[in-house]
Amino acid sequence: MAEVLERVTKIIVDRLGVEESEVKLEASFKEDLGADSLDVVELVMELEDEFGMEISDDDAEKIVTVGDAVSYIQSTM
Amino acid sequence: MLEGKTALVTGASRGIGKEIALELARQGANVAINFAGSEAKANEVADEIKAMGRDSCTIQCDVSNSESVTDMVKAVIERFGSLDILINNAGITRDNLLMRMKEEEWDDVINTNLKGVFLCTKAVTRQMMKQRSGRIINIASIVGVSGNPGQANYVAAKAGVIGLTKTAAKELASRGITVNAIAPGFITTDMTDKLTEEVKEAMLKQIPLARFGDPKDIAVTAAFLASEGGSYMTGQTLHVDGGMVM
Repeated sequence: MAEVLERVTKIIVDRLGVEESEVKLEASFKEDLGADSLDVVELVMELEDEFGMEISDDDAEKIVTVGDAVSYIQSTM
Repeated sequence: MLEGKTALVTGASRGIGKEIALELARQGANVAINFAGSEAKANEVADEIKAMGRDSCTIQCDVSNSESVTDMVKAVIERFGSLDILINNAGITRDNLLMRMKEEEWDDVINTNLKGVFLCTKAVTRQMMKQRSGRIINIASIVGVSGNPGQANYVAAKAGVIGLTKTAAKELASRGITVNAIAPGFITTDMTDKLTEEVKEAMLKQIPLARFGDPKDIAVTAAFLASEGGSYMTGQTLHVDGGMVM
């Protein structure tokens, strides 16, 4: 859990230019972290590369918060 | 000018697509040649490009099939290591008067000429977004602007491509990707050779420059849009038609 969160956090900080302290599990990419729709698409792409998985469009649409991303990744590992 | 760039040209075994592929190669790009049926002709184009000292390969793919398109784009990226230029050129005609047009004729043309552009654009976007650069050039048609009797399906598809071009341009601009369309007028190719002399005569009267275009006229325009010089244009439709539609 901690390791996945750490890797996901690093990607979010790099991509969205936010502070690490802002990346909380309940934080919404669009509402809290200032991402637009295209940023979220890119984040999902980077997560796919980082964790070597493919996230379907249907599943990707359900990833709204940092916690959604982390639990999705864990569920497929 | 395009040294080290990788281009994918759909429908590149003949006509306008072939000329575009050759022109991009002349300017330095490595070019993947997509074809639907004419394998021998596609191979000739690839050989001609290799003879210029550029890399090339041929890929058979029906652009209206999403799985095939995804596989094609993956194959190009694996082989060339990047994908910088997409030319959506593949197109077909199934002309008929609206009242006689069969549903199948409508669907075939929309699937290849419009859905195909959507699928190829979607498939390359991932790579181009990562690269933070890319050029997508859609070959529309002047009839997509003016309308043309007997071509309801083709005109609807080409007008759709122009709208798709504008939307893709707006969505992708922030990632360094430009999307433009070229609307050729009457260009001498296999597709237009099928027209009767009578129709050709009538068309000539509507062209202020009083001659039909050559595939090369489209090819140099596409090369310009792909080049550094075209970097401040996006969402545009360039009419290359001898002044037919202004």
